[in-house]
Amino acid sequence: MSTNGTVLTPTVLIIGAGPSGLRAAAELAPRVSGEVLVLERESVAGGIPRHSDHPGYGIRDMGKFIDGPKYARILREQATAAGARILTNAMVTDWAGERSVNVTMPDGRVRVDAEVVILATGARERPRPARLIPGDRGKGVYTTGHLQNIIHLKHGKVGKRAVIVGAELVSWSAAMTLKHVKCKTVLMATEYPKADAYRLFSGPGKLFFGTKVATRTRVTRIIGKPNVQGVEIENIDTGQRRIVDCDTVILTGDWIPDNELARAAGVDIDPVSKSPLVDAALRTNKAGIFAIGNMLHPVDTADVAALDGAAVGEHVVNYLRGDRPAGAPLTLTADAPFRWVAPALLRQHDPAPPRRRLLLRSDTYVPFPEVVLRQNGAVIARKRLWWPAAPGRVFRVPSSMLSQINWNDGAVTIGLAN
Amino acid sequence: MSNTQNKTYDVAVIGAGIVGSAIARKLAGYRLSVALLDAREDVGDGTSKANTAILHTGFDAKPGTLESRMVHEGYHLLSDYAKQTGIPVEHTGAILVAWDDEQRDALPGLKVKAEQNAYAKTEIIDAAEIYRLLPHLGEGALAGLSVPDESIICTWTTNLALATEAVQRGTELLLRRRVASIERVDGVTHLYTSIDRISARWVINAAGLGGDTIDQLFGYDRIHLTPRRGELLVYDKQARPLADKIVLPVPTALGKGVLVSPTIYGNVMLGPTAEDLTDRTDTGTSESGFAFLRGKGEKIMPKLLEEEVTATYAGLRAASDYPDYLIEVDTEQQYVIAGGIRSTGLTSGIAVAEYVDELLRASGAIQLVERGDLPEPPHMPNIGEAFVRPYQDAARIAEDPAYGKIVCFCERVTAGEIRDTFSSPIPPCTLDGLRRRTRAQNGRCQGFFCGAEVSELLESRGKSANAPVNPKAKVASVEVPK
Repeated sequence: MSTNGTVLTPTVLIIGAGPSGLRAAAELAPRVSGEVLVLERESVAGGIPRHSDHPGYGIRDMGKFIDGPKYARILREQATAAGARILTNAMVTDWAGERSVNVTMPDGRVRVDAEVVILATGARERPRPARLIPGDRGKGVYTTGHLQNIIHLKHGKVGKRAVIVGAELVSWSAAMTLKHVKCKTVLMATEYPKADAYRLFSGPGKLFFGTKVATRTRVTRIIGKPNVQGVEIENIDTGQRRIVDCDTVILTGDWIPDNELARAAGVDIDPVSKSPLVDAALRTNKAGIFAIGNMLHPVDTADVAALDGAAVGEHVVNYLRGDRPAGAPLTLTADAPFRWVAPALLRQHDPAPPRRRLLLRSDTYVPFPEVVLRQNGAVIARKRLWWPAAPGRVFRVPSSMLSQINWNDGAVTIGLAN
Repeated sequence: MSNTQNKTYDVAVIGAGIVGSAIARKLAGYRLSVALLDAREDVGDGTSKANTAILHTGFDAKPGTLESRMVHEGYHLLSDYAKQTGIPVEHTGAILVAWDDEQRDALPGLKVKAEQNAYAKTEIIDAAEIYRLLPHLGEGALAGLSVPDESIICTWTTNLALATEAVQRGTELLLRRRVASIERVDGVTHLYTSIDRISARWVINAAGLGGDTIDQLFGYDRIHLTPRRGELLVYDKQARPLADKIVLPVPTALGKGVLVSPTIYGNVMLGPTAEDLTDRTDTGTSESGFAFLRGKGEKIMPKLLEEEVTATYAGLRAASDYPDYLIEVDTEQQYVIAGGIRSTGLTSGIAVAEYVDELLRASGAIQLVERGDLPEPPHMPNIGEAFVRPYQDAARIAEDPAYGKIVCFCERVTAGEIRDTFSSPIPPCTLDGLRRRTRAQNGRCQGFFCGAEVSELLESRGKSANAPVNPKAKVASVEVPK
């Protein structure tokens, strides 16, 4: 495709101005000699917190407890104050070279050639087709992102009676948004045996919202057109089905990374999480391409994503100085009940991963899990943790366990003690 | 809205799908007043919108039938029309794959049949050649038949181009009119619709799934239609490298079976199912349909199932007890039926219009005087993936920044394209209508990012696209040399 010849040449290009991208920009702008450019396809930088109009942001990275829009604004201001340049309405559409991309924006079609590209494109919830929910194609089915865009950014409306599919943190965020427009959440349905948000949240939440949570329940059909009139739900254990009247269905959680650019670049992808595979320094297999944020761990909280952005700064500076990783990495894979682990590429002399944590997703609830590392089938490290592994939220394991790895031995797996 | 009550049209075409739109376009080329009616609120909102979007060579039609002739002629007519109007077409070719001995033994017969259908370019190929052409095909293919000219096309743009040209030639498009009853008085047929009475000297029945019902209103009992539901799964664009050709099954008595096909929008489609229903409005999808398709997909192309599904839908095709297309002229009642036109109608629509014209001319019952003042065919916006889209067009963006503002990220639809639909001859009135004109919200996120924005553009009829981009944001701008 032709461009009109405009080429931008920042030292670092960050794709995506959510919490991780903005935080990376703030870290890097003062530390690299050339420009740090952030491209954001939405009209306002800040990512998902912009339309999460409730408190709970900024805890781990800013030591604050603030609402999403305010959190997004601070991140924006910090990046700009640090000297990074943020362009909005600027969408990277394809690659023009190893670290070169084509961009469409109202100002024109532009090419950007950078020395380092940081992918910070985040994650989104799977919509109805990806979840293969059959039935009528009535209006009133949304993901949380779509819902919050309608309510908080466009001040629009949805229906009066909602069923929320999922019972994790984001599901309660959806419930809060619905309450804001006086739409009653008549039921939350989760396939898991218990609501998977923090109990601190779901216990009082149930009282506050007056919402029933149906566990071991899946939605088998959406009924009604042109507008939704109800959903058919099934108890997974008994097979019993019933219809719940509602005019709104919110599909929450079930995250998928926005990995289109990563895949197009030939970056190796975790087959389960669909995230780019990175090492502890957040390097992908492509030289000069880093990946950060919830694209790597779909999804952890916004502050954890931002802390990836903080961590990548030093690794990028080292790369620009000429440092390259030594040798092929060992792979770390997740054993059941874990679905995936990030980072999944390990090297002996790599720094610790962000926050000295391995991030995992569990398919079952385990109250006090004893986590084990295995190499060649033998347990090489074990650690009892005092927080649960639970579906619907990221499970964190101290990366100090990695110190037991024999670097000349084979691949490593992480699972639970038998 | 025109004053339809006091007017008598020369021709009223019932059904603004592909066949009806093509007929209205053809007849509006004469000195005739033409009305094009549809029960829905948009053109092409019935059977025409949800098919497998393949431009057929007609290689597997039943030789000697009218359908065979119409598809064969239609392939060429629509290919030419696509070039004139910019309807996206990709000549991908198809491979018909035999998975067992019986299917393999059927291939020579299919080749002969293709030749009887005036299509001579099929070739029987061995398994090695199949896997060379389709490296991601599942294991166990024994042999195949290549059909190099089978193509993929945008069914929405086809329908819209034909209806747009009909309108530009003076046809009155009358939407939301379901014909409930008729009355024939002094050589004029009065059509009583859900909102008004429409009168015409000639009535053309191109009502798709409603074709038999309309035919009965004219006193006939010669065709009975069954809504045959076909469910489809559309896989993400990232799956497209897996299948750059149409993968066809060997046809059986139940129809053409399940295929894997690239789509003109850069996706891969798996389907359809074939299920006869009684409810002519039931376009819902089903658990059993999804399970069936995934079972088939597992065999045809297992890697496809690892990709994300971005859309599921069901279409209804008009399965008929009449063994062929039913296209006949009743000169006494001044009535024409173009019925029983199943999924091949996308390819054959223009040919059917030519054939109706031929029959009318031969009947001598209507005066067909060509107009000398016909407008040029419309140039349709390109929504196909193989041609330059506005977001890629630097010159166009430089002239109009709205083409540089991508609203739907997954499908890369710009605010300019959405805005333009509202000043087009047949503007959309629903989100689905907007989807069919632009692809907005057809992508993998299904509105997570763009849903609210696209709805706002629909409500403002595109006006918000011209608002200055983000006036409050304190961000640097790129200096683009003019």
